[in-house]
Amino acid sequence: MAITMPLSSIIHKQPQKQRDKWPSNDFQEELVIRPLHSGDIYASFQFRTLWETDFMRGNKVSHYRLFPKSLGQVISKFSVRELHISFTQGYWRTMQWGQPFLPSPPGAELWVWFQDSVTDVDGTWKELTNVLSGIFCASLNFIDSTNTVQPSASFKPLGIGNVTDHSFLRYATLPREIVCTENLTPWKKLLPCGSKAGLAVLLKSEKLFHSSFHSQAVHIRPVCQDWQCKTTSWELRQTLNVVFDLHTPGQGKREWSLFKMFSRTLTEACPLASSSKIYIDITDNPQGEQFEVSPATPLLSQAMVLGDRRTFSVYDLTQQITFGTVRSLNLLIRWKSSEDMLRPLLHGERYVAGYGLQTGEIHTLMYNNHPYRSFPVLLLDSVPWYLRLYIHTLTVASKGKDNKPSYIHYQPSKDRVRPHLLEMLVQLPPNSVTEVTVQFERALLKWTEYTPDPNHGFYVGSSVISSLVPSIVAMDTNSTREQPLFSSFFPCKEESSYFVRVYTEPLLVNLPTPDFSMPYNVICLTCTVVAVGYGSLYNLLTRSFQIDEPSPGLAKRIANIIRKMRGVPPL
Amino acid sequence: MGLLSDPNRRRALISLLTRLNAPICVVCYMAGVAWFMGLAFEPFTLRTYMSENAMGSTMVEERFPAGERALATGREFSAHKKKVGGMPVDWLVKTMQARGLEVFTQRFSRTLPFPDENKERYLVKGTNVYGILRAPRAPRTEALVLSAPCTPGDNNNQAVGLLLGLAQYFRNQVYWAKDIIFLVNEHDLIGMQAWLEGYHHTNTTGMDWSPLQGRGGSIQAALSLELSSDVITSLDLVLEGLNGQLPNLDLANLFYAFCQKIGVLCTIQGKLQRNDWDSVSGYSHSVQTMMLMVMKQASGRPWGDHGLFLRYHIEAATIKGINSFRQYKSDTTTIGRLLEGMYRKLNNLLERLHQSYFFYLMPSLSHFVSIGYYMPVIDYILLLICALDLWVQLATPPPRTEDGVADTEQMSSPGVLSVLTPLVISHLTGVEVAVEHFPVSETEAVVLTAIAIYTAGLALPHNTHRLLSGEGTEQGWKVLKLVAVLYLAVLLGCTALINFSLGFILALTLVPVAAFVTPHVPKILSAFILVILSPACTLLFSVFFFQELQEMPVSFIDGWMLFLSVISQGILDHSLYGSLVYPLIALLVYPCWLLFWNILFWK
Repeated sequence: MAITMPLSSIIHKQPQKQRDKWPSNDFQEELVIRPLHSGDIYASFQFRTLWETDFMRGNKVSHYRLFPKSLGQVISKFSVRELHISFTQGYWRTMQWGQPFLPSPPGAELWVWFQDSVTDVDGTWKELTNVLSGIFCASLNFIDSTNTVQPSASFKPLGIGNVTDHSFLRYATLPREIVCTENLTPWKKLLPCGSKAGLAVLLKSEKLFHSSFHSQAVHIRPVCQDWQCKTTSWELRQTLNVVFDLHTPGQGKREWSLFKMFSRTLTEACPLASSSKIYIDITDNPQGEQFEVSPATPLLSQAMVLGDRRTFSVYDLTQQITFGTVRSLNLLIRWKSSEDMLRPLLHGERYVAGYGLQTGEIHTLMYNNHPYRSFPVLLLDSVPWYLRLYIHTLTVASKGKDNKPSYIHYQPSKDRVRPHLLEMLVQLPPNSVTEVTVQFERALLKWTEYTPDPNHGFYVGSSVISSLVPSIVAMDTNSTREQPLFSSFFPCKEESSYFVRVYTEPLLVNLPTPDFSMPYNVICLTCTVVAVGYGSLYNLLTRSFQIDEPSPGLAKRIANIIRKMRGVPPL
Repeated sequence: MGLLSDPNRRRALISLLTRLNAPICVVCYMAGVAWFMGLAFEPFTLRTYMSENAMGSTMVEERFPAGERALATGREFSAHKKKVGGMPVDWLVKTMQARGLEVFTQRFSRTLPFPDENKERYLVKGTNVYGILRAPRAPRTEALVLSAPCTPGDNNNQAVGLLLGLAQYFRNQVYWAKDIIFLVNEHDLIGMQAWLEGYHHTNTTGMDWSPLQGRGGSIQAALSLELSSDVITSLDLVLEGLNGQLPNLDLANLFYAFCQKIGVLCTIQGKLQRNDWDSVSGYSHSVQTMMLMVMKQASGRPWGDHGLFLRYHIEAATIKGINSFRQYKSDTTTIGRLLEGMYRKLNNLLERLHQSYFFYLMPSLSHFVSIGYYMPVIDYILLLICALDLWVQLATPPPRTEDGVADTEQMSSPGVLSVLTPLVISHLTGVEVAVEHFPVSETEAVVLTAIAIYTAGLALPHNTHRLLSGEGTEQGWKVLKLVAVLYLAVLLGCTALINFSLGFILALTLVPVAAFVTPHVPKILSAFILVILSPACTLLFSVFFFQELQEMPVSFIDGWMLFLSVISQGILDHSLYGSLVYPLIALLVYPCWLLFWNILFWK
């Protein structure tokens, strides 16, 4: 496989005093604010809890300190190796906003690697989804075999572990899942400080859901304790990404502050956190010509993010000086000018072509905007069974020419049992659009299988494009150095490229839908017409009628016999 | 049923039917026409009501304030349009971007099969500009469309201005759940066709277009705006789309409800609603309104830019601003508020509009006739008792033999060839009319060729008989007529299911022909009646009638010119947008009529 995830080795700093008491526990929190080219503001929270423990050994872990117990129990009970779950409301606009730190598809996404000791993976998966459904107050219990797939290449473990047998992997999305406060509250409760202190006080739902994009995620994986990787520890990353719209406030004043975004200011770091920082991306603004940040900070930091070297102003919340004399921090960004659309190197789009309710065609477009480098991408498509893919119509073309995928993994669907899974490895030529098309037929469902709002349409989850994209600057592969959290999620092996995952839009497809108010009328009418009208008419038309003499009476018959014996013609 | 299974009574019934065949036919025909005329009578129709719950109960408050600014934008647009001499693409892109939309353009080109003289175009090249307002926290699965055509001259500048004004206002609102696409299309329907084909990546008409860069998922509803004056007296709603398709009635209801709420006069077919339904003039007013709808629907043309959306199962309508000499005027802010209200309600939709009727006629904007009420019309008119009569006549001559049915088959079997030949020849003539003879590059030449072939088809009976050996028998024409009558019934029945109006108009003229034609009626008079009731003459009369209904009567010469242009438009509609009326007439209806012509001249 062209894309394989190397071992992750993420090292964290541990303050001396904590190491003495609880060598195995560490909590870090971080907020990155990036003013986007479109004028919108991207705020990304990351909370990381590290715990040096082993859930899998025989002894039950019972003493939890920073790590949430509910998740710890899930890991040990279901023998989870890695768990990634995200809830997203909205679609990340790559063309306006560039790449996010952590991509996620609209709706809910869950993918889990199980330990190879698990025997009944499907059963465990089923139980796990139901438990998670309870933990996150989400409809994850709707994940069943009809929307679960086992990708062979697209989702490799992000933590340590050399398991590549994808029979221990399960991946499912619920594109229709609507994310709201009820999902945010349990998510916040997993934090050591809750929403009482630290960065989490900013997470007020009335503001977070008043935005253009909202995404929250939980990632659990085993990571190395140090660069030698002698011991492993469990990492829990909780991330929350939100994009605030420039236009929505409406006053025309292009100005942002923590208070405006979150209706709160910061007064302290979470006391349990070993590090608590705010980063503001000022790469595009070295001289302060585009926007102005106040209060200013002398601390600068550089990090490799998504193939680019970015510069950040850093505010360390553990330092009292950050909060100034008013004892609260309210960052303010004032815009001065705006810029044009940017062109992300990799970008994907998807839509349904055609009209009518019989057939259709799914088009997936993949843009490589790199001027001279081509690179391979892995495309993963999971399509529900009620769209019957005609796989022989699959075409992949870039620049008008046929582009043969070097690897195709296709698992046909089974009606009402499992979805289609299509994975392929495609080389994207430089500066090109690659179009993948496949035709499908819309199935007629059984009448109980329709959702309560069948005319709304049926969702098809986002396709996933994973790739190692050539980077502009040499990536930092020295993982022993301390990095900000946001730059250290996807492990990086090569200096010349970085890992990117892009999700396309989900699709809304109309299926042939009966008029549900009609069955009674239709049944009555057809029964009447068939039974009375058609039946008797058919009967009349196919039968020929003749006048039949009524059978003669007994006396007449006897008379006839006598007449016959006499040789006289009968009566 | 016992009545029919008793042979004696059955025979009596059949003889009664055959004896009363002519009166029954006449009565049914009259009943059909009377029923149709009754449809426009208000007590017989239903009031419109909102079926869709998502749009019914929620109250929205309209606050669009910027009508004056929209007009200023419109004037700016007009200035740029004049400067560029066409669509000011760059200016539109810049303006839409400044309003915070994602802006994309689409180029298209189309060579018409022959020059369109009405609109003076042959080689069409243009650009569509559209901006997408992305709804916050929406996954790009649903969209609404608001479009305004960029027409040459001074028309429609206000529509574009209002569109841009609404875009700016909508952008600052937080309640959107569906993306809203603001589209300015060039070359009206051709541009719209290119955009829709690009959006759905289909190519039904062989147009060249550049692929679209941005999409908003499946489009739920669309409105097209036509506005050419700063103030208006009324808004007209246009519903008739391609091939007589209509949007869901709820869209019309929504428009009507908001006109009532905001206090704008609203019309349909350009006719205001009247309250005096019990007076003769009130009744004739609603008959006129309904007849206009029937004529427009029967033409199968899209009567506004919305007409092409319907193919893609997108509910769409055109709203036209009309400025007449009335006292009471509404300004642009009011229209903006009306559109705002409509879009907010459409935004609330959870499912596509599907609750209300798709097949209806409207004698006024507040009343409608559903399919259940108007279908009996066609049933009555098509009740072809004469087919039964013919069948009986064919079956009865050898009544002496044991089983009549088998014998009839033997009798008519030599007639198969004699029936088949006219059938095939008629259809070949139809194909000849339908095949587009386009080496000629003049509109008139094309139309006149079509008419010439059509007329030449009238000489066919003689040729048909030359092909047939021997004389046509009495049985022969009866079999042929039986086939022709059944053919007509099936054809018109199917047409009426898809496009009731077209089926109705054709039935109105063709059914009398079918009923009375035999070889034994006076030749010259019948031939004259037959020609008068042929599809082409029906079209000619329809042209005059339509002008009459629109209160714009024309002289015979003008009418004739109009007739020619209607034919050329029909051919163009077919090749540009895929309208089916012209091929239907040429390939099926005309050959069917030729069969009757054949019967008349049966030797």
